[in-house]
Amino acid sequence: MTFFLVSSVIKIIVVFTVIMVGVALLTLAERRICAWMQDRLGPNRVGPQGLLQPAADGLKNLLKEETLPAQADKVLFLLAPAMSFVPALLTFAVIPFATPLPTPWGDVEMVVANLPVGFLYILAFGSLGVYGIVLAGWASNNKYSLLGGLRASAQMISYEIAMGMSTVAVLLLAGNVTLSEVVARQAQSIWFVFPLSLAYFLFIVAAFAETNRLPFDLPEAEGELIAGYHTEYSAMKFSMFYIAEYSNMVTASALMTTLFFGGWDIPFTHWDNTPPWSPLKTLLTLGMFSLKVIGFLFVYIWVRWTLPRFRYDQLMALGWKVMLPLALAYVTVIATAIWILHEQLGWTYGTRFALALFGLNVLLAIPLFFVLDRGRIVAGSVAEERA
Amino acid sequence: MAIGIKVMKRPGGQASYLRATLKGMALTFSHLWRPKVTMQYPEEKSSKDWTLSPRWRGTHRMLTDEQGRAKCVACGLCPQICPANCIKLVPGEDEHGNRYPLIYEIDEFRCVFCGYCQEVCPEEAIHVGVHYENAEYSRDRFVYDLERLCAQTHPVSTLWDPSDPKGE
Repeated sequence: MTFFLVSSVIKIIVVFTVIMVGVALLTLAERRICAWMQDRLGPNRVGPQGLLQPAADGLKNLLKEETLPAQADKVLFLLAPAMSFVPALLTFAVIPFATPLPTPWGDVEMVVANLPVGFLYILAFGSLGVYGIVLAGWASNNKYSLLGGLRASAQMISYEIAMGMSTVAVLLLAGNVTLSEVVARQAQSIWFVFPLSLAYFLFIVAAFAETNRLPFDLPEAEGELIAGYHTEYSAMKFSMFYIAEYSNMVTASALMTTLFFGGWDIPFTHWDNTPPWSPLKTLLTLGMFSLKVIGFLFVYIWVRWTLPRFRYDQLMALGWKVMLPLALAYVTVIATAIWILHEQLGWTYGTRFALALFGLNVLLAIPLFFVLDRGRIVAGSVAEERA
Repeated sequence: MAIGIKVMKRPGGQASYLRATLKGMALTFSHLWRPKVTMQYPEEKSSKDWTLSPRWRGTHRMLTDEQGRAKCVACGLCPQICPANCIKLVPGEDEHGNRYPLIYEIDEFRCVFCGYCQEVCPEEAIHVGVHYENAEYSRDRFVYDLERLCAQTHPVSTLWDPSDPKGE
């Protein structure tokens, strides 16, 4: 019991610290990568290559004046940043990030809380994040903030369904909602991104919407809503929303890694996922996990500085008329396929199983990308004139 | 439609969001590696692509003769033509009858940098300079006196004549 408590506390502190530092560096990475994509240099003055820029920003935000709008609901206004910050960090607790670390007192699992209901926990806390944004928008007592909050709630609720549906396929294949089991299943043979490519595609789109990142950053929408729900926030409270956004990105990337890209699994080898555990294995798998997460974070930034923002009705149309039916249909098809392969043919999950499903995905992708995607213009907000 | 909104006829048949997205992402990715246009100012002041134009009209400079005296003969043309009235000139005369400026001051805050002073000067003494780093700690440092005008070393403007655009 003592061992469990001590190891848990150490893990919590380490994971918290790493995420906070990671988030800080991520803000820098975002600014520099954005600059490079625009043929600029970006912030490179504070420290080597601008590495101390986040520290300077943090210091600035700590010392800035806290403003409180006169008409704001004081309690909720102060509560909102914490409400969006806490769930963003909590979600990471169930994500396994390395192989167990052997210590003289026993093996330490490299996950803060190895919950048996890991995935459901993530869905639950992921949806809590919207409260922070809605409360911030409402408590500011400002039209634009309220609009931002409303958009956020509509958007996150809409895309949560598609996101949950797309991951049902993963759970069907893994046969478990514990994330360490999901990783173990992938480590044994093939990553789920191959047998479930389309689910991954749906998931990544929904994850962008869930984290309020471009092209789905309607709750912020600088041009229309002057930063939306956090218009009225200043100093560290404003910073908290930023930290929440970036921690959400980290969590979403970690989730993609865990669900579709084998978590900490090093590809093409099996020595890393079989006991006996050693510190070296832990370190290498941790490195692999970080590498994958950083890759996805780069994709986040890359997409943000490439795509323009959706209009609100387009966003809703995409969420309800495209993503949801697609996800539902996909779950049906994949469940049938798994049932046939597993129950009728008696195959167990392995290379053959995965390749069969991958073939099915390719077959499904052809109509999806070459028929459904073609010739569909996102309609204008006014009705077409009858010719 | 209520008001005259132009509805674009879009080529629906070929439109593909996926393809457009991937194209855009390939473009931004290729830009990651391209040379950057940022000039890091205090360290880099000009590059092969960017220098001040020789026609640039910046803060003034008084040219001097071989003995280091100002070429100015205090004829009074420049304060006369100056549209901003920023030149203060008090003429003096030595024992040989040579006129020289006793006081010659230009208020660079009043100056509109039209370059008329340089254009009108019969002795090619006063010039506007090709120069832009003029920061000072106090306002009164922006009234340049004769000594300071003579001490400037930056290049001077080659004024552009509209009737002779190529400068021949």
